[in-house]
Amino acid sequence: MRALQFRRSVPKYAAAMVAGGVMPGFGARVGPLRLADVEEPDLPGPDWQRIRPRLAGICGSDLSTIDGKSSRYFEPIVSFPFVPGHEIVADRDGGRVVVEPVLNCIPRGIDPPCSFCATGLTGSCQNIALGSLEPGLQTGYCADTGGGWSTAMVAHESQLHPVPDDMSDEAAVMVEPAACAVHAACRPDVDQPSTVVVLGAGTVGLCTIAAVRTHLRPGTLIASAKHPEQRKLALDLGADVVVEPGEVRRAVRRMSRSPMVGDGVGEGAEVVFDCVGTADSVDDALAIVRPREQVVLVGMPGRISVDLTGLWHKEIRLVGAYAYGREKTGERTFELAFELVAQADLGRLVSATYSLDRYRDAIDHAAHAGSRGAVKVVFDLRGERNR
Amino acid sequence: MSRPGFVLEVDRSTPPILFHHGEGFRLEKLPAGSRVVYPAEPVAPLKDPDAAIRHALLNPVGDSQPLPSLLHSGMKLTIAMDNQAVPLPPMQRPDNRQRVIEIVLDMAAAAGVDDVELIVAHGLHRRMTEPELRHILGDRIYDSFAPHGLLTQHDAEDHDNLVLVGRTEQGEHVELNKRAVTSDLLIYVNVNLVAMDGGHKSTMTGISSYRSLKHHHNVTGMQHSRSFMDPPNSELHNSTWRMGRLLAGAVKIFQIETTLNTDTFPSQFSFLQKREWEWSARDRAAFLATSKSLDRVPPRMARSIFHGMKSPQRMTSVQAGEVEAVHQLTLANLHRQHLVPVEGQADVLTMGLPYLGPYNVNSILNPLLVMCLGLGYFFNLYRGKPLVRKGGVVILSHPTRWEFHPVHHPSYIDFFEQVLAETTDPLEIEKKFEEDFATDPWYIHLYRNSYAYHGVHAFYMWYWGAHALQHVGQVIIVGGEPRAVRRLGFKPASTLRDALEMAEDVVGRNPSITHIHNPPIFLADVT
Repeated sequence: MRALQFRRSVPKYAAAMVAGGVMPGFGARVGPLRLADVEEPDLPGPDWQRIRPRLAGICGSDLSTIDGKSSRYFEPIVSFPFVPGHEIVADRDGGRVVVEPVLNCIPRGIDPPCSFCATGLTGSCQNIALGSLEPGLQTGYCADTGGGWSTAMVAHESQLHPVPDDMSDEAAVMVEPAACAVHAACRPDVDQPSTVVVLGAGTVGLCTIAAVRTHLRPGTLIASAKHPEQRKLALDLGADVVVEPGEVRRAVRRMSRSPMVGDGVGEGAEVVFDCVGTADSVDDALAIVRPREQVVLVGMPGRISVDLTGLWHKEIRLVGAYAYGREKTGERTFELAFELVAQADLGRLVSATYSLDRYRDAIDHAAHAGSRGAVKVVFDLRGERNR
Repeated sequence: MSRPGFVLEVDRSTPPILFHHGEGFRLEKLPAGSRVVYPAEPVAPLKDPDAAIRHALLNPVGDSQPLPSLLHSGMKLTIAMDNQAVPLPPMQRPDNRQRVIEIVLDMAAAAGVDDVELIVAHGLHRRMTEPELRHILGDRIYDSFAPHGLLTQHDAEDHDNLVLVGRTEQGEHVELNKRAVTSDLLIYVNVNLVAMDGGHKSTMTGISSYRSLKHHHNVTGMQHSRSFMDPPNSELHNSTWRMGRLLAGAVKIFQIETTLNTDTFPSQFSFLQKREWEWSARDRAAFLATSKSLDRVPPRMARSIFHGMKSPQRMTSVQAGEVEAVHQLTLANLHRQHLVPVEGQADVLTMGLPYLGPYNVNSILNPLLVMCLGLGYFFNLYRGKPLVRKGGVVILSHPTRWEFHPVHHPSYIDFFEQVLAETTDPLEIEKKFEEDFATDPWYIHLYRNSYAYHGVHAFYMWYWGAHALQHVGQVIIVGGEPRAVRRLGFKPASTLRDALEMAEDVVGRNPSITHIHNPPIFLADVT
């Protein structure tokens, strides 16, 4: 089968780190990612199925990996070589499916499951390097399962969600990022907060805006967005006010009508979703959140340097929002994500498709999506040979 | 005898014309047939201004008695004065206000008045700093009053010290500074830079509240002021006159107004006062040296050089007494200096904007102030009809950097970033955002305790250009930062030639062009 494969190679990884530092996405040209004909993965057990990806998205975490920017935190929870791609809509016998990629206790055959998996909080499972599979926190980072950037892979039946007939492939491939956003929106312990801020308007930011509007129902939703197309989409998906990143502190101050304290907003927003994950964005989040309230880290931050004095002084809760599982209402996050994708028409966020042959162009486009007026760039496997 | 202002028709022999361009200048070759409106040369100043002031106080106009007969022991006397917004640039010492107030205080002392307070009538402008106060009042007055709390700056948000004097028949609230309206005599000391200033507008903007100001500082009022530099045809003035008459019925007011000549720039910048074909070799050398130096220094340093400049303008008249009678004389004296007859309107109006307007003394002429200076002040420097035809194009020349003074103009930043990002329509802005900004507690705090313009002031800047926005078909800024220019809703152009080409898309080929060679200031009498 044809697949983009990421192999362990320290020199190539170092080259990707340098190249990616100079030009985002350039790691695809010099790093460990290669297009190859490889063996299809074996079925790890009886409850596993072979599926054939139709569309597979390029996520921010994939770009970090390709450009050598990923945190070393991931080292023990990935296995090489792996085929990236965890935003997947695929064919299986009997119809199309979306993959819920977390490789928790159930796909790993761990019985009894851990306390998190037992209650449906599969994203919190820490057995991701144990059981019958090679280490891998998700499909797309595990040597045994393959990933979406290929013509074939395997998935446990607990990971598969049937796609309704009336949902397009483009909409279906947005279910996984939408699920991340739904989970983030369900993290805060508040209902109908007066002011919420979403920092960043890439795929995760835009999906979070839609999810927050639906699930958190804030009085005012302020979003920051760098690029004109992102601003338009942010407003369309439910933001009341959209500002440039450098303007967000003043915007929050004005909307909350509170004083400034130094560079920070005195009272500020009840919840801030950081969908960027850089030192600057975390710094902004801590500056604009109301004392004793919470910042939800949705974007993957990696190793960053941030002054936490404000967090200490304002008694801010900094919480992460990773993946999905089952939410407080008891519903599976993916069920809610399917609804959100349909209701907010998130399929429109798919801006460009590429064949595997053009993977360098695809990665380059994804790394510069915002400035090129794009949001989600995906691989289109529907016309690939050997499929 | 100074030469009057006039209109030059550009021909092939006309040298390039000087355009102000922020903290710099540009020489622009205008197409043949263009017209350039030049201001009058500075009229002769009063030979003995102090004697003229005494004469005015002893021989007031209207139904007022001479000042000494209004002063008596045991009375409560308040002297209000214009703030740093006038004159521009700040004048060399002694300022007119210092001269007038020193003489008034001498008369008050002679009459045994010992309850005297001075109030800076800055309305919703920022408070003045101590150096600025010392500059306009002199050290003697400052040191006699300020340390004892007898020199205050009007606070339009100090509701305990505001009094509702009444409402006009049109329902306008006349709410003013309590000390001023509870005094036995209110003396107002004015410096009249342009025809908009003075008269009842002095008190109605300088010592009033937002509740009062909103009756005349609004979009409809500005759109019906044709122009606000021509009080009889200005809705802004109609409203302030109604309100002022109500005040004059309740409080004894003695108005003192002064006018200045247009000797605007000090000797090192004397080429700015001259007509280009009359530049001497020394003027040309001074222009070149100045331009080259300014090109090489960072904008911040250039700004500091310009803001250090004090103008040599001098008093040309002083009149005192009843407000309206005084102001009539003031306007006549002002027109003597400012009026320039111009025949007909042009398709395109060009103007070079300098570094300074009324709201950025010792500060930054931010993009909102560029709009206000160009489409508010300069566009409205007319009587009769605008210099540009309906649907015509205005071309401004200014660097228009996305840059704001964070202490002086905090609400401007939010207005620029958040309001203009949504709409540039003055009526929509007024309806949707004004109240919110005007009552924002943070802006109020900064206005009262720091050196910030009031939260609503940014809106007034936009309203000041509302008549122009309604009148013209397009606005182009030459040499401005494109991002900032577009946020204003205007079009950026790199050169005047590009701008004129762009203008042709709106007004057609070979448009008629009028350039206003301002400052020094003039008022076009357009027939």
